Amino acid sequence: MARIQIIALSTSVLFLLYISYLIVKGRLREEYAITWITCTAILIIFSFWRNGLEIMSHFFGVYEAPNLVFTGAIFAILIYLLHLSIVNSKLHSGNKKMAQEIALLKARIDKLESSAR
Amino acid sequence: MDKRILVIIPCYNEEASLPALLAEMRAISDYDISILAINDCSTDNTAEVIASADIASLQLPVNLGIGGAMQTGFLYAQEHHFDIAIQLDGDGQHPPSELHKLIEQHEKTGVNVVIGSRFIARSGFQSTWSRRLGIRYLCFLNRLFTGSNIYDSTSGFRLFDKKAIAIAADLYPDEYPEPESLVLFTKYRLLISEIPVTMRERQGGISSIRYLASFYYIVKVSLAMFYSFIRYTKK
Repeated sequence: MARIQIIALSTSVLFLLYISYLIVKGRLREEYAITWITCTAILIIFSFWRNGLEIMSHFFGVYEAPNLVFTGAIFAILIYLLHLSIVNSKLHSGNKKMAQEIALLKARIDKLESSAR
Repeated sequence: MDKRILVIIPCYNEEASLPALLAEMRAISDYDISILAINDCSTDNTAEVIASADIASLQLPVNLGIGGAMQTGFLYAQEHHFDIAIQLDGDGQHPPSELHKLIEQHEKTGVNVVIGSRFIARSGFQSTWSRRLGIRYLCFLNRLFTGSNIYDSTSGFRLFDKKAIAIAADLYPDEYPEPESLVLFTKYRLLISEIPVTMRERQGGISSIRYLASFYYIVKVSLAMFYSFIRYTKK
């Protein structure tokens, strides 16, 4: 096994372990971890399968194999960023609803307290 | 008139202008008016000013912006069964002495939303030329998406009847809501009418729409109006 394969493999495995650690500790929700686990799995596959990149490039009709890596990676990042924007929008509207409910409830409690006095 | 009216005053850092505004509000006795001040998580003494004024108030725990704050007001109006809600900005641009014009217009015509406009009659505060250019563009957008001519679609000085309150409580947009909400109201077949009012320069604080932000404003509002236009089907 070539040195680069060992480096790539160990990095991927460490990354995978860290993701698992985050999930176990409850600091990362599983649905967001799916992307990361998939990415790591792809890295591991290509670490073992050295000709894989050439074969895939040929299959997609890409002349320079590294270009396939860049295109694929950038596309994946864009999709993930969009996903994060969606999550953020969802949080935003949930947060707004909560704040409004809290303000209305607080006003009600104040009113009750002052009338009870 | 036996309708119950709620004047909603959204405030963000308005300690300078609020006392005078509330004093002016108290001077109005022609109608059965309740006042609701909404403190949008101000960082100055707005909360204290409101607390000392003996009016209903809501304290938002996080800053929601004008739309989110107003929506809270609509939810309150709905919860307390008000017939009419009127938005009056906390910066003092909307003089309480002009309130009766909105109410009379609503009584006379029975429209669901009345907008107090700076541009129909050329009196009072007219704002800068760049802002007027922006407003002309918004006027064009408004004609495009609602099919009606509203000259001052950015004016927040508005009256909402019960039907409009119910829709706004549910769907009011949260950032720069004024032009976008007109698309929403039109889709729900509400009647909108515009009347001239005299506005003042802001009495304190700083406008939330400046320089680069105004470019963002235009882009954001254009997008929001377009998407509102396709999102809501005619009711």
